[in-house]
Amino acid sequence: MQHIKVTVDGTTYQKEVEPRTLLVHFLREDLGRVGTVVGCDTSNCGACTVLVDGVSLKSCSMLAVQADGSEITTIQGVSDGNDWHPVQSAFKECHGLQCGYCTPGMVISSIDLLNENPNPTEAEIREGLEGNLCRCTGYHNIVKSVQRAAELMEGAKS
Amino acid sequence: MTDVVDAGTALGRPIKRKEDARLLHGQTNWTDNIQLPGTVHMAILRSPLAHAKITHLDVSGALAMPNVVAAFGAAELGELNSSVPCVWPVTDDMVAPDFPALAKDTVHHVGDCVAVVLATDAVSAADALEAMSVDYEPLQAVVNMESAISPGSTLVHEDKGTNTCYVYNLGGGYDEKVKEADVVIKRRFINQRLIPAFMEPRSVVAAPMGMSDEITMWTSTQIPHILRLLIALVTGIPENNLRVIAPDVGGGFGGKLQIYREEILVAQLARKLGRPVKWTETRSEDMVATHHGRDQIQDIEIAAKSDGTLVGLKVDLKANMGAYLQIITPGIPLLGMFMYPGIYKMDAYDFQCTGVFTNTTPTDAYRGAGRPESTYAIERIMDELAAELGMEPMELRRKNWIKHEEFPYTTIAGLTYDTGNYELATARALELFDYEGLRAEQKSRRDSGDRVQLGIGISTFTEMCGLAPSRTLGALKYVAGGWEHCTVRVLPTGKVEVITGTSPHGQGHETAWSQIASSILGVPVEDIEVVHSDTGRAPYGMDTYGSRSLAVGGQAIKEASERLVEKARVIAAHQIECSPEDLEYVDGVFQVKGDPEKSQPLGAVAFEAFTAHNLPDGVEPTLSAEATIDPQDFSYPHGTHLAAMEVDTETGKVTVRKYVCVDDVGVQVNPMIVEGQVHGGVAQGIAQALYEGANYDEDGQPQNANLSTYLIPSAPDLPSFITDTTCTPSTTNPLGTKGVGEAGAIASTPAIINGIVDAIRHLGVNDVLMPATPMTVWKTIQAAQGGK
Repeated sequence: MQHIKVTVDGTTYQKEVEPRTLLVHFLREDLGRVGTVVGCDTSNCGACTVLVDGVSLKSCSMLAVQADGSEITTIQGVSDGNDWHPVQSAFKECHGLQCGYCTPGMVISSIDLLNENPNPTEAEIREGLEGNLCRCTGYHNIVKSVQRAAELMEGAKS
Repeated sequence: MTDVVDAGTALGRPIKRKEDARLLHGQTNWTDNIQLPGTVHMAILRSPLAHAKITHLDVSGALAMPNVVAAFGAAELGELNSSVPCVWPVTDDMVAPDFPALAKDTVHHVGDCVAVVLATDAVSAADALEAMSVDYEPLQAVVNMESAISPGSTLVHEDKGTNTCYVYNLGGGYDEKVKEADVVIKRRFINQRLIPAFMEPRSVVAAPMGMSDEITMWTSTQIPHILRLLIALVTGIPENNLRVIAPDVGGGFGGKLQIYREEILVAQLARKLGRPVKWTETRSEDMVATHHGRDQIQDIEIAAKSDGTLVGLKVDLKANMGAYLQIITPGIPLLGMFMYPGIYKMDAYDFQCTGVFTNTTPTDAYRGAGRPESTYAIERIMDELAAELGMEPMELRRKNWIKHEEFPYTTIAGLTYDTGNYELATARALELFDYEGLRAEQKSRRDSGDRVQLGIGISTFTEMCGLAPSRTLGALKYVAGGWEHCTVRVLPTGKVEVITGTSPHGQGHETAWSQIASSILGVPVEDIEVVHSDTGRAPYGMDTYGSRSLAVGGQAIKEASERLVEKARVIAAHQIECSPEDLEYVDGVFQVKGDPEKSQPLGAVAFEAFTAHNLPDGVEPTLSAEATIDPQDFSYPHGTHLAAMEVDTETGKVTVRKYVCVDDVGVQVNPMIVEGQVHGGVAQGIAQALYEGANYDEDGQPQNANLSTYLIPSAPDLPSFITDTTCTPSTTNPLGTKGVGEAGAIASTPAIINGIVDAIRHLGVNDVLMPATPMTVWKTIQAAQGGK
């Protein structure tokens, strides 16, 4: 077992973990942060995407011990309680989700995408979300959601 | 973000979904999130071979591993090793092999369950699998359907003496009628095997809890009500002691329309161990253990006059059952059986289907369930016939489809289509598509010998939805009915519960059902709670599949809401001291006609019904009403889908340049949700055409059973879609709705392939196998050119 200290959604945790534990399992099973979900076992689906020190990362592709000292934001931490991040608002407004299972990862990846490129084209959005699979929406409304979020975030700045 | 919606105006508006707040904040209750005290986690030892005798199995090594509580093979499980049910014996002589939850002495496909171990955490359970001792004696595997039904083939189930599950026939007049035809075309289409691959892996928790001897099961299913009945029947757990809850469910697409062996095992082991048992699949397990879809060989023959008038259609199917029969495995091709004639008039139709066992994962419902296969065949062969006749493919369709003034129309397959307007939907689609402009571009690219050729793919489809009239299901030997239930309750505080038997998993029922009830009760949408997917709180239902929830369940909501208003009217009249006939009901308030000052809001009526201090004689306390509706007939959504496909003739690369669809789903409750359903369906249909296909080698080893190798399209792989709708209300239900869950997936696959073939037909190509990968398309072009 190895001792780690991780800040997740504003709370700092100190835990003993098995070195083989994946970050996503640590979040879900050790911390009970079950908003982040597991969709595959090959790092393809992106449902488990979180922000590690501000950068999006599939939490199944990192060991918990590698996250030692990091600050992690999950879908449960992108807005305060029942507040809405512009990306969350845009996904609701544009019907960018149906079953909602890919949504935590899709929202986090979209936040990261817009941080890097505040005014993406449709092609840039599609390429930027390539690592996140959705089976319900055909991505049409996810693309529109990200475009709408860009507008909302631009408006919030001015 | 709460959307306030005016009472009474909710129907037909694109209201934002109630479900989204929890889904967007990570506050969702997926089954795998449920962690009860004392839970033991199940892990499953699965067969690595497609066909083998289990010559030795010793689970005791697992018991010595850390944190392990118990381990079972079939022998240890004994009489708790229940069989998995199939409820659709399609013929009297259908062959149904035994399908025990744990394989007894022989494994029949890769992923077959051999043993289970239970430990206090999931990782320990997985580790302990390694400590089990198992030996197999490999047997010859049968993978190819035509080999399987050849004389002398190895048998999937030795004791059954055959690999033929059943042979089903319909019709019989084709061979006589075909003599009148000028042109006969034969084609073989392959509808390849697909994996549903819903995003939420399956998960199930069962626990002895609650009152008396109750077992509560949480499971990621589309069918909590059917599951409760069947788990009770196969396990012996008394039905009245079993509560099934489908919490938030992350997609299904038919893949969670099932009673899985893992659900049976978890229920039995929770009962045996007297503590909560949990199992969550890995994705790689999912792709061999969750049922697959499609997998049919379609031999199609169509006959026509030289002017294009259809004479008849002959369909000879081979449908892969896989190794076992799951809940409705044998019936899937028969759901397609009625739809091979599509929207066309003809004089003869012969259908035959042979169900075939192979050493592969069982097949069952996948989005469309039989109807995508039939639509693919008819829409593909209409293009082939048009090419043979030298006719414009849309013109051939127009010549043969049922005209809007001919409805209701009884097809050669025996269904009566109630309404439709193919002319209208097609005209709108052609306009949005710029059909003439693209045809002109196609010609100029062809004339100039452009490396990238353009093709136009057409699909004018219909489907049968609203499963289903119970008598029809009975005639098809399906063992249950197709009704749906709703109870509407107004609580003393004026809040409303709509208790439905449907079980959503992404379709937005909480929003749409609120809209239906709101439009009748006059209560704001946000004051209505839709209660679903819990046999304890919503005891009656037939669940969600086959685009049935709105067309059938919606009727029940409407009827129950109207009955509730009538009960409330009697109480309100008593309170106001007038006759019930003197009251009108406006925006949630009963008021005296011509004297609206004398009024009583619904909430006040509900409170009176609760206190019961002053109810009229003969009226029982509480304000609720229920309705159970058996649909009088199916509903028939239709539409015209058009795909502009670019094919690079040198690399085989295919691009969807433009996709237009105009769907007629009848009256819409929430157009935003309808549009989303169309997008997702079209995407899944395109995925079949271009990307997906579950492959086995000749030994029955899956070749791409994980998400690294099975290509689910991601955002760059798909285009944006241009969608629109027309509306000819259905007459088989009072809301005029039809259903939309499967439409896109049924329509889009042939549109895409027709477009590809149209782009390269001048190179000698008349078919492209699915998925039409660059390699497949390139090889197809090379073969056609070499053959010249």
